[in-house]
Amino acid sequence: MKRLAMPLLALILLLLPLLLPNSYYYDLVIRMAINAVIVLGLNLLIGFAGQISLGHAGFFGIGAYASAVLPTHFGWHPLAAMAAGALATALLAALVAKPIFRLHGHYLAMATLGLGIIIAIVIRNEGMYTGGPDGMPVPPLEIFGYEISGERNWYWVFAANLLLSVWLCRNLMDSPFGRALRALHGSEVAAQVVGVDLARYKMAIFVFSAFFASIMGSLSAHYIGFVTPNVADFFHSIELVTMVVVGGMASVFGSLVGAVLLTALPQALVSFDGWETVAFGAILMLFMIFLPRGLVPTLAARFGRGE
Amino acid sequence: MAQFLQFLFSGVTVGAGYALAALGFTLIYNASNVINFAQGEFIMLGGVVMVIFIHAGLPLPVALALAIVLPAGVGILIEKLAIQPAKGADVVSLIIITIGASLLIRGLVQIWFGKGTHGLEPFSGHAPISVGGASLQPQSLWVLGVTALVVVALWLFFSRTVIGKAIRATSCNPLAAQLVGIDIQRVLLISYALSAALGAVGGILLTPLTMTSYDVGIMLGLKGFVAAVVGGLGSGLGAVIGGLLVGVIEAMSAGYLSSAYKDAVPFVLIFVILFFMPRGLMGAKVTERV
Repeated sequence: MKRLAMPLLALILLLLPLLLPNSYYYDLVIRMAINAVIVLGLNLLIGFAGQISLGHAGFFGIGAYASAVLPTHFGWHPLAAMAAGALATALLAALVAKPIFRLHGHYLAMATLGLGIIIAIVIRNEGMYTGGPDGMPVPPLEIFGYEISGERNWYWVFAANLLLSVWLCRNLMDSPFGRALRALHGSEVAAQVVGVDLARYKMAIFVFSAFFASIMGSLSAHYIGFVTPNVADFFHSIELVTMVVVGGMASVFGSLVGAVLLTALPQALVSFDGWETVAFGAILMLFMIFLPRGLVPTLAARFGRGE
Repeated sequence: MAQFLQFLFSGVTVGAGYALAALGFTLIYNASNVINFAQGEFIMLGGVVMVIFIHAGLPLPVALALAIVLPAGVGILIEKLAIQPAKGADVVSLIIITIGASLLIRGLVQIWFGKGTHGLEPFSGHAPISVGGASLQPQSLWVLGVTALVVVALWLFFSRTVIGKAIRATSCNPLAAQLVGIDIQRVLLISYALSAALGAVGGILLTPLTMTSYDVGIMLGLKGFVAAVVGGLGSGLGAVIGGLLVGVIEAMSAGYLSSAYKDAVPFVLIFVILFFMPRGLMGAKVTERV
């Protein structure tokens, strides 16, 4: 099963376009893929390091706005802008996390929440560059003279990204780094005793997951062609955390399931203004109380396979 | 000078509200080691419930009592329905549950109360009092006076009553507290009710000055948390000092630096604190035993 998982995912992604009747469904699947990649990174942080980030939308926002602002106002190549955004995000994450991971308790949750809010405030206030609350258009992504456009082309970009991320995460789990992470997940004290530098590993995951979020922010900004400050909002961060919780902590395929289910949910609730917040709140509480391990790990345990 | 005084007044007033929120965080943190992300919603609930009942024509004292008791009831419900069933869950799960609770409350209020912003008449008129060239709103005196009263009452509660001492014992060592016959469940329940009531009082007091809507809880709650961390998470006195400090720093930077970035100031502050004095101003030095 474990060996078949990757080819199976590849096959699904390859055949999926045959089932998608129109561009609305393409768009939905693309959004699922975007969220899935971010959630993969975030899940490493929540599932293995036992830390929550409530500011991942902020990192996503940095990536999105780097890809919007740098090419528009400074004439950068979109790929350079994307790289700059991701590097800046990683640097910022490292800077913020360094003092926090020396502390016990859940300072990271609040610190990232604060960071996300600061990022959103900056985006809203620097209207000269960012267009303020109204947002701004994003120039198209051009690679080797070829401009990516249309849902069908973008689908392959995001499908490839998703496959690459899953492959990366699974390999990461089997590397010495991953073993250290799993040790940390089992018992922090025991991990420390055998020489795992807790603070360093936690920081590495945090930076890694922020980097993921920024890249996806850039790509999705190019895909949609327009960014608004909403992408960096608190509620977006909460959506991402909910996906991790629903799919299953510390589970690669749980991340995918969570992203797919909860990206579809707002589409179903779109006509009920306000109920979206209620639904996400209720889902978070119910899952944590009754199904704290999330869907995929619980089902996997029930059918006796384990991930 | 008058300008400085003006900023100081507004800072101390808002800071008193943050202090009440910070006390709420401290209470639950001490009782269960959980940072309650729904704390801000209690502040919002206090203000919103007050607005609803005042507009419904209820006399001030009745509306006031309801606006404190109802949020306290919500606090009890959260503890009973969400925290207790998840007994034995790790801290991350409990935090996620409180995040869920805060979304649930905020969403329901948004549906029921709408997205609009609502104000409240000040308790004793608009006529400002002139102090050293700066004008002080009578409502500010209400905020400061009631906060001072609450702080004294809390101090008496924790040092003189059996329940208060039981809560303190639980925060020191839950297992030992249980062994001497303290009902931990009840302590938790009381902590949630009390911390919700504290938040609600803050919300009620601040609404005539700052208005309220369904989404004010996020910011107020966060700033209350910043105040608690600045003071040293877990310390009651620290929470009050932290609250006032955060309020004043915020007002000063809004006045002298940039009002657009006013809301960012407390969060920059939290990073400064976490970098240079991670235990806050009053925090105890803790060594964790394995």
